[in-house]
Amino acid sequence: MITEQKKDADSQNGTTHEYLTFILGDEHYGLDIMKVREIRGYEPVTKIANAPAFIKGVLNLRGDIVPIVDLRLKFDVGEASYNEFTIVIMLHINDRIVGIVVDAVSDVINMKASEIKPPPEFGVAFDSQYLFGLAPVNEQMIILLNIEKLISSQELGLFDSTALPSE
Amino acid sequence: MSKSILIVDDSASIRQMVEVTLKSANYQVTLASDGQEAFDLCKVKNFDFVLTDQNMPRMDGLTLIKSLRGLAAYRMKPIVVLTTEASDEMKARGKAAGATGWMVKPFDPAKLLQVASKVLG
Amino acid sequence: MSMDMSQFHGVFIEESQEHLDEMEHLLLALDPTSPDIEELNSIFRAAHSIKGGSGMFSFDALITVTHVMESLFDKARQGKFNFSSHIIDELLIAVDVLRKLLKSYAENTAIDWALVNSATASLEVILDPDCRPEVQDDKKGYGFFKPLNSSNKESSKHEEVKVEDDEGFGFFEPIGEEKTTDKEEDFGFFVELDDNLSDSNIAQQEISNNQDDDFNTEADQSTAQADDSTDQITSYSPQTKSASPSKSITETKTKADTSESSSIRVDIAKIDSLVNLVGELVITQSMLNLIGDEITGVASEKLHSALSELERNTRELQEGIMSIRMLPMSFVFNRFPRVVRDLSKKLNKKIDLTIIGGQTEIDKGLIELLVDPLTHLVRNSLDHGIELPEVRTANGKPETGVLTLKAEQKGGNILISVLDDGAGLNRDRILAKARENNIDIPEHPTDQQVWQLIMAAGFSTAEQVTDVSGRGVGMDVVKRNIESMGGRLEIFSEKGLGSSFQIRLPLTLAILDGMSISVGGQIFIIPLVNIIESVQPQSAQLKFIGNEQVLDLRDAYWPIVNLSHVMDLEPKSSLITEGILVLVETNNTRFALLVDELIGQQQAVIKSLEQHYRRVQGVAGATIMGDGSVALILDAESLALKIDESLKQRVEYDN
Repeated sequence: MITEQKKDADSQNGTTHEYLTFILGDEHYGLDIMKVREIRGYEPVTKIANAPAFIKGVLNLRGDIVPIVDLRLKFDVGEASYNEFTIVIMLHINDRIVGIVVDAVSDVINMKASEIKPPPEFGVAFDSQYLFGLAPVNEQMIILLNIEKLISSQELGLFDSTALPSE
Repeated sequence: MSKSILIVDDSASIRQMVEVTLKSANYQVTLASDGQEAFDLCKVKNFDFVLTDQNMPRMDGLTLIKSLRGLAAYRMKPIVVLTTEASDEMKARGKAAGATGWMVKPFDPAKLLQVASKVLG
Repeated sequence: MSMDMSQFHGVFIEESQEHLDEMEHLLLALDPTSPDIEELNSIFRAAHSIKGGSGMFSFDALITVTHVMESLFDKARQGKFNFSSHIIDELLIAVDVLRKLLKSYAENTAIDWALVNSATASLEVILDPDCRPEVQDDKKGYGFFKPLNSSNKESSKHEEVKVEDDEGFGFFEPIGEEKTTDKEEDFGFFVELDDNLSDSNIAQQEISNNQDDDFNTEADQSTAQADDSTDQITSYSPQTKSASPSKSITETKTKADTSESSSIRVDIAKIDSLVNLVGELVITQSMLNLIGDEITGVASEKLHSALSELERNTRELQEGIMSIRMLPMSFVFNRFPRVVRDLSKKLNKKIDLTIIGGQTEIDKGLIELLVDPLTHLVRNSLDHGIELPEVRTANGKPETGVLTLKAEQKGGNILISVLDDGAGLNRDRILAKARENNIDIPEHPTDQQVWQLIMAAGFSTAEQVTDVSGRGVGMDVVKRNIESMGGRLEIFSEKGLGSSFQIRLPLTLAILDGMSISVGGQIFIIPLVNIIESVQPQSAQLKFIGNEQVLDLRDAYWPIVNLSHVMDLEPKSSLITEGILVLVETNNTRFALLVDELIGQQQAVIKSLEQHYRRVQGVAGATIMGDGSVALILDAESLALKIDESLKQRVEYDN
């Protein structure tokens, strides 16, 4: 995968990468800022029949019909309530747009590839296959997500299997 | 006022090549994809030079030349045949039809510019 | 000057592909016994154009092959050449070789010279080896009014002409002072430039254009080819389903030779962005309508008439832009005469191909996706459907089988069928095979259900794997491909009479006339084409058949599909009599859809759900309502799948 190669190259020349950090339950996560299209408040969605509860439905994002996934429901963390403070991160993943609902968005951090530690094997809400590292930021550990892998996973079932990029 | 040239060829790639070549020398270029279309254009527009292919649908190059020579505005205009035909017989027919000269495909862009500058003075 | 020639490769490759398609098409339609001079001219010109362009790029392999082809057709159009079906085969092979070469040049891969040489050799054999292709023998020639002065010793067959001994460039008269004596020149002048045309040349004007020269007949061709009904039907192609044994070919000329004068090539991405913009415009316009409803007084009347004007214009604009993306089905169909011809030879079968509705237009994006599934279906019909001539004769059928490709627009769908008059599907064998492969079989399966089994993964009934259609790619892949386009594949078959494989695709017209309804507080759109009427059911009209409730209306039982169940919503009331039944008709069944209430008719801009999400059962797409919210557009066909088989009323399907 390109991102992997890119990371190898990054670790050699020590370039920094920007991550958007957000909160889910008690944990702080980070995802590649390049994958973020925009951040917006929560709006009512149109429910889709026979979809798992964490797929809230679809909404109109300037003419595109995009699905909204509540990661709090999916990973059973935090409080899945919807009010004016609820945040949706609109992501751009393989030519698709998907919104994820999280508890809060906190910051954008700069990280050198060399500063990133290997991810924990367990103990976080996410399966370790969706993690690629830990980033220490002011006494705190940010868990870095491979958001592309998570969003296009069979587990979330957001895309038809035929539409998945071939590994 | 730069000189205007009409290119007549049924092949889009040849048209494009001739067009790019001539535009590089700041000529004004108009395109037609067969003799009939070229003739219709000539009836309403006065080109300084016509460069035409021979084998084309609807109306071939020689017929176009004969038709153009019948228009007062084109009686004296340089008209050159750009063709793959290199036989003497073809040239004779070209001359008979009233062509000013002929050029053989594949053409060399530099040569084409020379020809254009010659006929357009 | 030096010029980077590679910048022109793209146009040349595209243009040459079109020429090759046309060549193949004309060759297939060519009557060997009395070839049509116009068609021969067209093939000649196609070869000639490819050769000319190849010369510019030094595509030597293409030059080599097209040169011989050109010579051959030059001879043919002069009536000095006799065709036979074998020769046409050879020429078709040569066209394939040219395709390969073109691909090599396009992709910058190595040229297969062995292929070039063998193709050239076999064409040379056909062509009289003594032929001098460069000489265009004009039967009439042109008379010269007076002999041309010649100071040069070159002489042609007809006349003495003053030329340099170069390959083909020269002035006939000196330009300015000096004579052009460049030996390698590719150019020539016939007359002195700063001189008046000689009398002889002016006299030439008198020669009428209608002198019998090669192409004059073409000058009469109508030029009104650029409109969207660019169909030309060859003279012997009945556009009907007559049992005429002649091949019918629907030909669409979108070729440069008829309409390029008034057409341009546009990058499809540009059109798509226009489609999206107009979609936005339609949504904005419906928002304006909502706002307009809140305005009262004098201004409101003016506003409303302006708004309805805007609505009309927007719609026309939308349709106009969508139609730009549409291409006739013949783009796909035209490849099949060749496929059928080659395969029937290979299989020793006699098959006539009939093409109906090639002019039916379909979105360009779908055209490309249809090629593979259709090819598979055609191969299947030839291989497994149509019987060998002796078998057919033994069964009292004409020994020549008929394969029909048909495209038609029905309501909001386009139907593309592959029909054969072969043996039909073998129910028992399919069931046996399904059991063998542990495929789930419903109890007491209907024929329909049995046919569906052949589309299960890994199913193949071929006794032996032929290289025609047993390539391990089964009907399951075909089905999947079609479904990924938002379409469906339906199979009809009668033992001994034949089979029909019908691909149904939604027309990608981005606007749909719909009826908006609500159920459980959510709004849905039902395409108007599927709606017969809506009724508020009386309890007397509700009957039970087994456990299933049906509506008894006008001597027919309508199975009831409860939309709240399908969409997993809480209906306003659990009593059917408090809801509304929308009577829906799909292509092969009818049912009554239970909803809470009707909201009203509206136009909906169809948006894809799959672009960012996935297909949803029962849903054809989504649309954005005036208030910016999303409503799902229902797919009546897939809702019909909810009906118990025993209740289905088949709507007669006409073949």
